[in-house]
Amino acid sequence: MESATATPAEDRFVGRPMKRREDPRFITGTGSYIDDLHVQGTLHAAFVRSTEAHATITQIDTSEAEAHPGVVGVYTAEDVKFEGGIPMVWAPPGVEINTPDHMPLKSGEVKCIGDPVAVVVGSDRYGVVDAAEKVIVEYEPKPVVVDPEAALEEGSPLVWEQFGTNKTHEWAVGGGDIDAALSQADVVLEHSIVNHRTAGAAIETRGAIAEPRGGSIVLHSATQIPHITRFILSGVLGLSEHDLRVIAPDVGGGFGSKLNTYGEEALLCQLARQLGRPVKWIETRSENMAYTHHGRDQVAHVTMGARSDGTVTGVRARIVADLGAYFQILTPFIPELGFPVAGGCYRFEAIDLHFTGVFTNKFATDAIRGAGRPEMTHWVEVMMDRLAREVGSDPVEIRRRNFIPKDAFPYETPLGIVYDSGDYAGTLDKLLTKLDLDEFRREQEELRGKGVHRGIGFSTYTEVCGLAPSRAVGPQGVGLQAAFYESATVRVHPTGSATVYSGASPHGQGLDTSFAQIAADRLGIAPENVEVIHGDTNSGPWGWGTYGSRSLSVGGEAIARAAERVQDKAKKICAAMLEAAPEDIELAGGAFRVKGSPDQSMTMAEIAGAAYIPPQELPTEIEPGLEESAFYDPENFVFPFGAHACVVDVDVETGKVEVARWVAVDDCGPAINPMLIDGQVHGGVAHGIGQALYEQVVYDADGQLVTGSFVDYALPTAAELPSFETDRTETPSPVNSLGVKGVGEAGTIAASPAVLNAVVDALRPLGVDYIDMPLTPLRVWQAIEEARGSGAGPADSEQGTDVGEHGGGAAGSGPASPDEGGAS
Amino acid sequence: MGSTATVRVSVNGERRESEVEARLLLVHYLRDTLGLTGTHVGCDTTNCGACTVLLDGEAVKSCTVLAVQADGAEVKTIEGMGAHDELHPLQEAFWSEHGLQCGFCTPGMIMSAADLLSRNPNPSEEEIRKGLEGNLCRCTGYHNIVKAVQAAAAAAAGAGTHAGREAEGVSA
Repeated sequence: MESATATPAEDRFVGRPMKRREDPRFITGTGSYIDDLHVQGTLHAAFVRSTEAHATITQIDTSEAEAHPGVVGVYTAEDVKFEGGIPMVWAPPGVEINTPDHMPLKSGEVKCIGDPVAVVVGSDRYGVVDAAEKVIVEYEPKPVVVDPEAALEEGSPLVWEQFGTNKTHEWAVGGGDIDAALSQADVVLEHSIVNHRTAGAAIETRGAIAEPRGGSIVLHSATQIPHITRFILSGVLGLSEHDLRVIAPDVGGGFGSKLNTYGEEALLCQLARQLGRPVKWIETRSENMAYTHHGRDQVAHVTMGARSDGTVTGVRARIVADLGAYFQILTPFIPELGFPVAGGCYRFEAIDLHFTGVFTNKFATDAIRGAGRPEMTHWVEVMMDRLAREVGSDPVEIRRRNFIPKDAFPYETPLGIVYDSGDYAGTLDKLLTKLDLDEFRREQEELRGKGVHRGIGFSTYTEVCGLAPSRAVGPQGVGLQAAFYESATVRVHPTGSATVYSGASPHGQGLDTSFAQIAADRLGIAPENVEVIHGDTNSGPWGWGTYGSRSLSVGGEAIARAAERVQDKAKKICAAMLEAAPEDIELAGGAFRVKGSPDQSMTMAEIAGAAYIPPQELPTEIEPGLEESAFYDPENFVFPFGAHACVVDVDVETGKVEVARWVAVDDCGPAINPMLIDGQVHGGVAHGIGQALYEQVVYDADGQLVTGSFVDYALPTAAELPSFETDRTETPSPVNSLGVKGVGEAGTIAASPAVLNAVVDALRPLGVDYIDMPLTPLRVWQAIEEARGSGAGPADSEQGTDVGEHGGGAAGSGPASPDEGGAS
Repeated sequence: MGSTATVRVSVNGERRESEVEARLLLVHYLRDTLGLTGTHVGCDTTNCGACTVLLDGEAVKSCTVLAVQADGAEVKTIEGMGAHDELHPLQEAFWSEHGLQCGFCTPGMIMSAADLLSRNPNPSEEEIRKGLEGNLCRCTGYHNIVKAVQAAAAAAAGAGTHAGREAEGVSA
């Protein structure tokens, strides 16, 4: 297998770092994000949301709000009817999931902060907010539970009394003989690892405009999934799908947070139908922090067995996942989504996983960048470092010892998952050439003598993406009531330019550019002559949207296939025109030509002209026009991989961690546009560093949301992050014709354990061997103090689950200090 | 509707006069009254910087300025930086260096960078990072934003851009 990065052929566009065609509108301020759209006669909506984490609604008085100037109406649950609430689409065979109603407006009881209780609609954007403050809601508070493990205890307050338990479901998967693997191990490590609640925090919040057009509704929404949203909302609203069109305009980032269908979208549609006028709602950041789904929030209780030489025999993990009070469309499935990579890039003999979902009085978790895979990878990689220390190995050697070797692919894991291709030692070797590890260790020792605590942490990961082979994840597989193929239509116009329609719905990934590169190569035209259309249910075929690092390996492959069908037809037309056999026509040097007679050739423009307006009679089996579609359902997932190293300096007096260096070698197969790959890795790593060091969604013991804004939820700024050193190897996937794997989530999946391992490496001499994320100065300082107090024992990890703590947003954690900005 | 006031401003070189609610934020004046939607809103708390514009040449977060406070001032927004066919060096550099992904923070980021370069035409990496601390980006990890500001600074210094370095033979 090719393991160096390749250069593209001269007449091909795939492989080139082409500038993005999306960018001119964004850099000139002429993009069209949801709040930039103005539909004539639009009314504005503002929500009245619960200030209680769990309570009975005893009274709602809307009279004063209704009298507010410009208010058209104030609506509660009784006033707006639906066929049902927002559905959850996972039905695993043989498993009962306690699934509560999740209506767009709540009646009777509220279950978490932010629950929508009423909505004010009026003509003025400021006015509806004023009026919403005049709605008086009276609550009778009920007992609250916010800690997932406490929620499972006998006698805990119940989030949903009808289920008699806070347990949502259990799901298990295993392979190999885990009992034998652990009982025969020389070393058995047990550890609990917290992966705390985080927010997607796209800089554009959610928002939507529902616009009535005759008997139909057009919903413009900042979403990653327009087609799925139409499918779901048509059921919720009781509308035929042809009466609902969903359009995703320019979308200002998603990171999974817009991979959902939300109650507000349904409500706006219903209000627009009732009022016969467009209704617009733009989420505030405070609403976004409270009521756009969160991610992660799991505790993994891990047991790892190994032989004395460091060879892992097996891992068992009991995972408790805090799902919040409601289910969004995938909520209970997200923790399990990581299961295919529970073995990391290692040859574990046995793997045994058990998941327990729990209701608490918080908003729902669901997919946030990586969705289940960062959590799984985090504990695997943290445990590998612990094992290295236990058996007297080191982080590099322990990984090498356990890697699945390059010649073992396709490799079937004990869980029956087939890793498509990989060269894990290859990325680690390349990473090590960029780090002089011996010199680093020497310098580390020297600095320590001067009181500087520097550490290096490694993470070697593989991730499962390219979501997804429908047979594996659909009704016939793990039970999602969905499929995950992607579609494309490629239309060559009579003058030879082309329009590509994709079912993907990119929102920052640069796919307009990479899709055009893929199509251009197959059509024999330049990418600037390829237009890419997506995100509108009325344009192009059905699609499943953009998430799960799927849009290139599934959506791009669908485009490649449709474009190849066009090419085949073009060859037939060319052959007829040049009086040659179709099999003798080749596409080379940007033209269709007769093999061996390069002077006999036609351009795509000439062929397209002949396809639409034949200058001579074409064989009857050639239909007019030049347009083909493809639906591509992958045979398998794809498994990108890589090796990351993080260098940190820890100030032991304050506990502040500074990331001094980041080196990453990733492999996502052959590059379509290497510039975009680097960009995805940068952003992904920053997201993972954010989680590891700064970010945390915190609810206090009363279920009050402490991190309700960007003041308290600490996103990393430019000042906290280093420049990233990135490189690649290219190991093609055999799954698709492009050989590509995904890269959107890779950096995030790799990053958090590398940070934690680096901090522990820096503090190990002080007796610290673990700290729960986020590694805020307070937590790091406490861990150092506790280790010092107890001699040299490891830090107590219990502090990580203390919900009373303000966590990542606490003052002094580093970023998000507005008064220091360049533009205050 | 609360009390109103007259605001007279020059926006991107064009004189504007409007009767506005006294509480109207500058960002909503620009976006909703004047239709200049390139300036974005990403938070409620003056943290994200997506709404950054230049007020009398200085970067401000326009979600924390009342429209009436801009009375008599000159406002420059992303729309005033350069159009498609005559891009400002910062716009060129953000494009060439892949300094944006979803593009939502980009206008504010460019305006902050313009303010930074006007005060410090040749900033170090650390100065750029500190200078852009008030602008959040979730997509890029800031790496290519920093490179873009460096490239724009180099271009302005006449040292030539290294924008094409990695992307030799790139077509737009």
